[in-house]
Amino acid sequence: MLFYSFFKTQVGQQVTVELKNDLAIQGVLESVDQFLNIKLRDIHVVDPERYPHMLSIKNCFIRGSVVRYVQLSPSTVDTALLQDAARREAQSTQQMNQAKPNVAQA
Amino acid sequence: MSQLQPYVDRKVTVVMGDGRVVVGTLRGLDQTTNIIMQGCQERVFSEDEGVEVVDLGLYLVRGDNIALIGLMDEEADAAIDLDNLKAAPLPAVRH
Repeated sequence: MLFYSFFKTQVGQQVTVELKNDLAIQGVLESVDQFLNIKLRDIHVVDPERYPHMLSIKNCFIRGSVVRYVQLSPSTVDTALLQDAARREAQSTQQMNQAKPNVAQA
Repeated sequence: MSQLQPYVDRKVTVVMGDGRVVVGTLRGLDQTTNIIMQGCQERVFSEDEGVEVVDLGLYLVRGDNIALIGLMDEEADAAIDLDNLKAAPLPAVRH
């Protein structure tokens, strides 16, 4: 859930999404869902000479399962806050596993 | 609700997991991105000749095989000269 919450804070930012078919698409992050499916608007492909397949597309939906990287602008990310949130999430997962040890083994 | 709901009844380009590009009207979908498209046409890209358009009809595509769904700007699409557009086919998705 942490990354879902994190990507929600990035809505409205310019991002570059690299897909597992090597296509890289730049656009404004419009929305994200629980599967980390991503919607972008005002998109352009990073190498249009090589990939003219999507010339008439301005808005798109990218399935979360085909995303390899999401490139973000460093100025939009508070890494200290993110690190802290990751630590807290790890801690709460650990506590949950201690409360139900059988589930953790399974 | 679904992020794709606004795309229903619009013309879309779907990039499949194997690199195929299919254009059609999105008619329905579910939470796993299974989709139904009507009036589909595959656009076969090649480096040696222009884009070949193949009529396919009604398609139901399982979500696993979908990489991307793009909302088409029909005016911009009409302006593209497919007969003289040469490009290598898109690579397949490699997980």
